[in-house]
Amino acid sequence: MSTTATSPVEGKPQPEKNHRPTVSAKPVTWKLPVTLAVLATIAFIFFGLLGPQANAKFGVSSSGDFFQLPAIEVPAFLSGMVLSLILLVLAGYALVLKARANRRPPRWVPAVFTVVFVVAFLIWVVGGARTPSISLAGLIAGSVTLAVPIVFGSLSGVLCERAGVVNIAIEGQLLGGAFTAALVASLTHNPYLGLLAAAVAGALVSVVLAVFSIKYVVNQIIVGVVLNVLVSGLTGFLFTTVMQSDPEKYNSPAELPIIDIPVLSSIPVIGPILFKQSVVGYLMYVAVIVIWVALFKTKWGLRVRAVGEHPQAADTLGIKVNATRFWNVTLGGAVAGIGGSFFTLVAIDSFTKEISGGRGFIALAAMILGRWNPIGAFFAALLFGFADNLQSIVTIIGTPVPSQFMAMLPYVVTVFAVAGLVGRSRPPAADGIPYIKG
Amino acid sequence: MSENTEPRSAAAPDPDQLPASQATDVEPEPLEDAADFVTSLDTAGGAHQPSAVPVSTQSGALPGAPEEESLLRKIFTGNGIVTILAVLLALILGGLLIAMTDKVVGTTAGYLFARPSDFLIAVWSAATDSYVALFQGAVFNPRGNGVAGQFAPLMETLTIATPLITAGLGVALAFRAGLFNIGAQGQIIMAGILASWVGFALHLPLGIHLLLVLVAGVIGGAVWGGIVGVLKARTGAHEVIVTIMFNYIALYFLRYLLDTDLFQRPGADTPISPIVDPSAAYPLIFGSQYRLHLGFLLAIAATVFVSWLLNRSTLGFEFRAVGANPKAALTAGINVSRATILVMTIAGGLAGLAGVAQVAGTEKVLTDGVAATYGFDAITVALLGRSSPWGTFAAGLLFGAFRAGAVQMQIQTGTPIDIVLVVQSLIVLFIAAPPLVRAIFGLNPRKKKAATAGKTKQAATTGGAA
Repeated sequence: MSTTATSPVEGKPQPEKNHRPTVSAKPVTWKLPVTLAVLATIAFIFFGLLGPQANAKFGVSSSGDFFQLPAIEVPAFLSGMVLSLILLVLAGYALVLKARANRRPPRWVPAVFTVVFVVAFLIWVVGGARTPSISLAGLIAGSVTLAVPIVFGSLSGVLCERAGVVNIAIEGQLLGGAFTAALVASLTHNPYLGLLAAAVAGALVSVVLAVFSIKYVVNQIIVGVVLNVLVSGLTGFLFTTVMQSDPEKYNSPAELPIIDIPVLSSIPVIGPILFKQSVVGYLMYVAVIVIWVALFKTKWGLRVRAVGEHPQAADTLGIKVNATRFWNVTLGGAVAGIGGSFFTLVAIDSFTKEISGGRGFIALAAMILGRWNPIGAFFAALLFGFADNLQSIVTIIGTPVPSQFMAMLPYVVTVFAVAGLVGRSRPPAADGIPYIKG
Repeated sequence: MSENTEPRSAAAPDPDQLPASQATDVEPEPLEDAADFVTSLDTAGGAHQPSAVPVSTQSGALPGAPEEESLLRKIFTGNGIVTILAVLLALILGGLLIAMTDKVVGTTAGYLFARPSDFLIAVWSAATDSYVALFQGAVFNPRGNGVAGQFAPLMETLTIATPLITAGLGVALAFRAGLFNIGAQGQIIMAGILASWVGFALHLPLGIHLLLVLVAGVIGGAVWGGIVGVLKARTGAHEVIVTIMFNYIALYFLRYLLDTDLFQRPGADTPISPIVDPSAAYPLIFGSQYRLHLGFLLAIAATVFVSWLLNRSTLGFEFRAVGANPKAALTAGINVSRATILVMTIAGGLAGLAGVAQVAGTEKVLTDGVAATYGFDAITVALLGRSSPWGTFAAGLLFGAFRAGAVQMQIQTGTPIDIVLVVQSLIVLFIAAPPLVRAIFGLNPRKKKAATAGKTKQAATTGGAA
């Protein structure tokens, strides 16, 4: 019996009479070209034909930079036209490839399309604003800041789900990390201990997930959902009873310092995001790279992925399936916990109820959009951080797009992604299926 | 027992599609062997996703439990006792948490070894005081003003339970068809939007107006749920992800609408809609002294409807068959896509009923907190109710009581409402893992045979799915 239709070990899809309509042999569909064409047309109409006449001004350098670059000022209408024409050409190329050669467009096409679309969108938004000027450096730096917990959360998701355990509890892990970091850093006056405690707290939430889903074979989605409620209740309860009884003592965590690497941090735009971060920020870059290398370039990673894709085969080869899952889930929790500490040790200087504000679910979305790949998840999280930041900036500068629709964007994009309209994201084959040795 | 035969016949036409766990169900004997099969092939070594449907509802009593000891064993190890023990355990843990953060307990712990009795009394009184306040706020308040006042808490419990029950039914129904409907929150919001608009923007005669509000709300929820069903059926998109995303999309859409002239109350600075017309509001059942409204009767009706739908109708049979094994259902000639879309639509409609209860009954206005956390609580309600209609009804009442009582508890003893979230989630966690609860209370059946161990394992999966 084949496991599922999408299993990669299957080689060729077998013509089972009752196949669910899933993509197995990567047939070239019309979905991607058509989606691109629709988006390009929308861009042409709104960003091009109906584009604002003003000039959009983007500040590039901030005052403390190593060298100053002049602000970029572009005519919104003209650039909207040019960029949307580029989009139309890209979409046309994809359509022609499909129609003539029945081939999918090269991978750079959707990537370039996304970038051009985002740029065109940005120019349109800024050009149509009451004050058509924003600081690009600030926008990007803010996006990275907002993305940090999302990146950690999605890495946690990647670690768990690559091993075959669905992690809906990211939200709970972030929240647990944020709370513990605040409490420990307040009590010890040492933010690094707070960071460590956050990792432990995240791991503890994960251990519950692991024990219930692996030992007691409880459905993983259920455990995840319930854990989110549990952590939310626990932190809320302890916040009211303990933290608020003496906020000075329990809820004024020492902050993690921003480590400024001289010279490099003064490079415009990329300087602040790469070289002017807190420890958590630097850890984020390290974690993305380390987890990517570990998953895809090491023996350990191969085993983890084997467990997530085909546990029976892995078991046959002597890999301890459930032990691997247990440790991966725990590790994932620790990673998410560190991400949670960002809320209380870096971004905001104290804990409040529900401080993670649903970012665990955005992290879940980022992981899916990033196709269960650490680097993909990183860029997806950046995109979501960007949308989040743009949303708040948009409210300030006043644009035609209601900010609520900007806030909605990550979720809509994710729905499109899982529905396969912009290339299907495929989970590991054994994701969510408990393994009972038998 | 009448349920038991149907899924088997669904499974029967294609035994080799199924691992023997289903196939053996067809054979009544030999019992011991069958039990062994159930053990080892529960999920075919992980190859098959365990169904989200409680196994107990798929195949009734497990084959292999000898008749004579089943009654006693059922009492001590069955689901009923596990449920009660799980609630008890969760309350104990919650009580310990309350005691841990209590000031008197803190002081007495300082001289714990000198006078341990003080400490224990403090622990006991901290926990019991809170729970007594909870009970008085949820069921019966002896200090109430007359009989009406004494029963006011109970009425409040029923009011709060109303959306929990209907939304919980939506989640439970989807569970039975093997779908995780995390989206009740979004469905309540969409229903609230439509129902409230009809309620305050249209001015219609009594009766027709309320009916239209009801229809609009149910349609709002049904469409929002139905889209998920369509996406799942047509593209295979996982409903958990889609429903989570749809919750947020609905929430931001609601916030956007409350910012527009169409929905915002004229003259108000806050995002709040006009009050719905009196003709669009649910009538109050026991007069104006309680908030209890017609929605509660509709919740009872909805429970009856879901119970009939699942257990007595062809459609419900199809849902359960799809939930038990989609491949087998497809082979048996059931249109799985249609069932998926329909079940999500009906589930959305039920959640929509909760949205209507909020805007036409309890709140009478639309705010961005219209769904509160009812949509998420509905998941725990359905899980606690083991996805059965009346179980969900009972669970809705229990959680409604927790919520109503928690308000009173916070006022009287200062214990934060959040303790209810902790207790609720612990209950569900424990219920999902019966072996854990039994182990804690030392009730684990003797592991004399593989069959018994198998039963435990099966129960674990059952609980997990429930």
